[in-house]
Amino acid sequence: MTAIVNIFLKEGVLDPQGKAIHHALDAMNFEGVQDVRMGKQIVLKLTSTNRDEAIKEVTQMAEEILANTVIEDYKIELL
Amino acid sequence: MKHVAILQFPGTNCDLDTKYAFEKLGCSTTIVWHKEEKLPQETDLLVIAGGFSYGDYLRSGAIAKFSPIMKDVLTFADKGGEVLGICNGFQILTEVGLLPGALKRNIGLHFISKFQTLKVVNNSNSFLQKCEKDELLNIPIAHADGNYYIDEEGYNELEANQQILLQYSNEKAETVIVNGSVNSIAGICNKNKNVFGLMPHPERALETILGSDDGIKMLEGLIA
Repeated sequence: MTAIVNIFLKEGVLDPQGKAIHHALDAMNFEGVQDVRMGKQIVLKLTSTNRDEAIKEVTQMAEEILANTVIEDYKIELL
Repeated sequence: MKHVAILQFPGTNCDLDTKYAFEKLGCSTTIVWHKEEKLPQETDLLVIAGGFSYGDYLRSGAIAKFSPIMKDVLTFADKGGEVLGICNGFQILTEVGLLPGALKRNIGLHFISKFQTLKVVNNSNSFLQKCEKDELLNIPIAHADGNYYIDEEGYNELEANQQILLQYSNEKAETVIVNGSVNSIAGICNKNKNVFGLMPHPERALETILGSDDGIKMLEGLIA
C-alpha cells in the first residue's frame, strides 16, 4: 500500500515561499491567481495491507516527525 | 572551572567555534557526538551548536531530535540543567519542544549572513544577566530559517513571563524586520529560564578585530 502525506503551513501562518511564487506568477502575467501555498509531499510504501492500521501508523509518523504541528497541517491519502 | 558540553550532529559546523569561545572564557569543554547516550557527568552547561544537522532535511532540526543523545538532553533540561541552542540549536530546541514556537523560512527566502544589531528585551535570566535591558549588541546572524513563529496565545505567555530575550533592532533601538519573526524576536527562553535559544551567533563575536566582542558578555552570563 502507498501512503501520500501532504504537508502545508497552517491557514493563517504566512507562507514566504508561496508568496514568492505568487509574485513570480504575477510578474509573468498569469492573472487570476488568488493565493499560492507551497507544501511538501512524502510518499511512503508500506508493507501493511490493512487500511485502518496504515492510517493509524502514518498519522503517528506525521504527528511525531513528518509535520511540525505548531505550524503545519497534514493530510494522509492511501492508494 | 565550568564544564561545557557541545553537541555535534552530522552537519553541525559551529562546534569548534563554540569550543574555542568557551575555552577562551576559561571553561573546559567536551564535544559530544550525537550517537552518545550520556552527557559527561560534569556538564554544567550544554550547548547545541549551529550548523545544518542532517542537511536541514525535512525541516531544520527535525531529524536531530531522534538522535540517541537527545534523551539525555531532555533529562538534563528537566533537572534544571542550562541549555543554550544557537541557530540550528535553537531550531532543534523548538522541534523537541524544549522551547515554544517554530522557525520558518525567512520572509525574503534568502540565507542572511551579516552583522545585526540586537536589543536586549529581558535580562532577568542567567544568559543575559551581564547585559543591560534595552542594551544594543552587535552579533552576526547566518540563517535561512530564522523566521520565528508563535501563535497569539503563546506570544502573550512569552511576554508575560519575560521569556523574550532579544529582538532584531537598528542603532536607534527600533525593532526592524530581518527575517519575518513575530515581533522581530531573535531569541527566547523557556518558562523556567534554563533553556535558551537564539538565531544570532554570540560565539562569532569574541574579538573586536573580527567585528565585535559583544558575544562575550552573553556567553559569560551562562558560566558566571
